[in-house]
Amino acid sequence: MSDFIARRPVWSLIILIALGFFLLLVFTVWSPGMEAMLGRKRVFLSALFNGITLGALYFLVASGFTLIFGLMRNVNLAHGSLYLFGGYVGYSIGSLTGSWLLALIGAFIIVALAGVLMQVLLFRWMEGQDLRQTLVTIGVSIIAADLLLWGYGGDTFQVTTPDWLSGPVQLPFVVGLRSNGDAIMMTYPLVRIAILVGAIILGIAMWLALNRTRVGMLVRAGVDDRDMLSATGVRVQLVFVMVFAFGAGLAGLAGVVGGTFQSLQPGEDTKILLSSLVVVIVGGMGSIPGAAMGALIVGLAEQFGSVYMPTYAVMLTFIIMVAVLAVRPQGLAAVRR
Amino acid sequence: MRKALMAAVAACGLLAASSAVQAQEKLKIGVMATLSGALTSGGEDGVRGLQLAAKQANNKIAGKDIEFIIAATDASPDSALRAARKLVEQDKVQIVIGPLSGSEGIAMRDYSKTVPNLVMVNGSSGALETTFINPSPNFFRFNSDGAQWMAGLGEYVLKDKGYKKLAVIAEDYSFPYTQVFGFALGYCKAGGQIAQRQWVPLGTKDFGSVIANIPDDVDAVFLGLGGGDAVNFLNQYSQTGGKAKFVGGSIMVDQTVLSSKGAAKRLLVGTPSSSGVADAWDDPKWVAFVKAYQDAFPADKRFASPSLFAANYYNAFNAVAKAMDKIGGDISDGGAKLRAELAKTELDAPNGRIKLDDNRHAIATTFITEVTELPNGELTNKFVKTVPDVPQTLGLSAEAFKAVGLPSRTNPDCKP
Repeated sequence: MSDFIARRPVWSLIILIALGFFLLLVFTVWSPGMEAMLGRKRVFLSALFNGITLGALYFLVASGFTLIFGLMRNVNLAHGSLYLFGGYVGYSIGSLTGSWLLALIGAFIIVALAGVLMQVLLFRWMEGQDLRQTLVTIGVSIIAADLLLWGYGGDTFQVTTPDWLSGPVQLPFVVGLRSNGDAIMMTYPLVRIAILVGAIILGIAMWLALNRTRVGMLVRAGVDDRDMLSATGVRVQLVFVMVFAFGAGLAGLAGVVGGTFQSLQPGEDTKILLSSLVVVIVGGMGSIPGAAMGALIVGLAEQFGSVYMPTYAVMLTFIIMVAVLAVRPQGLAAVRR
Repeated sequence: MRKALMAAVAACGLLAASSAVQAQEKLKIGVMATLSGALTSGGEDGVRGLQLAAKQANNKIAGKDIEFIIAATDASPDSALRAARKLVEQDKVQIVIGPLSGSEGIAMRDYSKTVPNLVMVNGSSGALETTFINPSPNFFRFNSDGAQWMAGLGEYVLKDKGYKKLAVIAEDYSFPYTQVFGFALGYCKAGGQIAQRQWVPLGTKDFGSVIANIPDDVDAVFLGLGGGDAVNFLNQYSQTGGKAKFVGGSIMVDQTVLSSKGAAKRLLVGTPSSSGVADAWDDPKWVAFVKAYQDAFPADKRFASPSLFAANYYNAFNAVAKAMDKIGGDISDGGAKLRAELAKTELDAPNGRIKLDDNRHAIATTFITEVTELPNGELTNKFVKTVPDVPQTLGLSAEAFKAVGLPSRTNPDCKP
């Protein structure tokens, strides 16, 4: 940290000032002048929180995507279908059992199994053939989309939020003052906060598992040099299957999460695939911290875009992607090799 | 391998030929409905309306058996164009019922001009421009447009409900523009004020920022959303614990939303709205229609009562059937007789009398309603009053109506 400040004093200063200004924006009561410039504080704060929670969802999807890519060099373009499939499975389990947690766990397991099948039946036979794998995953995603449309129809589904997670909570941020001087506190849906906390815990757990356990070591070694790893006697195929299952399971889990605070319908698969592609490109292919960073940036860009420049909101994420590709094509968090 | 392939091709050819022979005896009717995307539930109910009408006609029009060929769209103009081309070029239909959604209707107005022999009867689309600007000679619309469905609601909301200042949240395409246009014409003339308009893309998932952006000092929020978007919005609004009052667009408080799962729809209780139908109208014809609808489909495959879409598709079918009966089912002349007959067809529909104006557009009844909860927990639209025989110009002279301009994000402007 101090190293960075010593090397780049000007940039550090700019970053510190921006951070200070940002904290000021979040914690103070806005004056009428600021409201005139930036709109109401409630809108700003809610865009901020929505962006972060949306980022949490994108992180869940993209971390599996990036893990699979990092290890197997396999761009799984059926990842969005796994998301939608997980969402539908979660919806079915949720409406059968009435339990949201069961839906979450069930979707994870079932979609992880689907991932195992994909790895064992398809990708194993075309290892190292990038183009063929990509085309096959596109094919799988088209077939899956049609099968899901056949099974669930074109209607919009929503996974029911459990009672203990529904409703608003009050956050310790002042959004304005009433005429008698009382502070109006920000209220925010509890379920979104729970999702954010869940994603952070999962992210930390994944980082720990990758960096502190033996399995994680194998995976990292596989990312760096697959052939060398198998030459040392590790059963690489088993590692592949495990990673694919975990990545797919995460996509399924994310499907339930997305179905809870947004909704599920045909077309969601390609939308989420596109978002996670952008996330992974911005963050750097194959890097978990990169996925987190990219997810946060894309989520915030989408939300702030939709509030402050609704007409161009769709473009904003792609502008970011283009900028990253132009300046740092390997992604923000990727290590240069 | 090649032999097998050739055999398969030959078999397919034979199959196609035999189905063509069979089809000559049947009257093929192309149907366009939104069977994916945000308006799916509406499209499905539109098809139910059609099936009900066909069933009541013993599956015959002018003595000929009929066959529906259903093409799915997703409320986007290009999906409608694809579906229409498929129906006309591949299935060779001469009569199409559809489309369902506003911007699809505008695309079909232009498309139908390029196929002069086609007879297109609108399913449920309700953009103003479809029949008002450069109307197509072979496009007929037996339902009101979004502005007509709002006739009288503005005055009612202002005078009877006392909502003097509103914010608008609606989808960003032609039908909600038309609805807000029709609503604002009456509301603003009577002295109401629209403080803010938020337009969201059709198929919006995340309403968080939109909800945060609702001003604090409005009396109610006008919601011009439909289908999945409406349900999404209500769910997310209830999660934030908001307590605003609402005014509903025609498809916001339709059965497509009122019959949806989840508890969030209860937020709508007490919401005034207006539309081409009223769920709980006590007119005997409407009651009979509701009964027929409920009897025709099992309870889990339908809504509690027919939605606006079901009624519109039902009427569209009956208009075609009535005109075809008059001309003896003869469309061998490229449909010229059918078009002439349709233009003067009057319908005694379940939701009131419908006749066409010079643009082949409906002059029909508008119903002002209010959402109430039935003892069994279902939600329904209580009938408040009717506004009979609403023309497309909403009672203004043609010049005065043209002077207002076309529906858009900002028109009509509604400043105090």
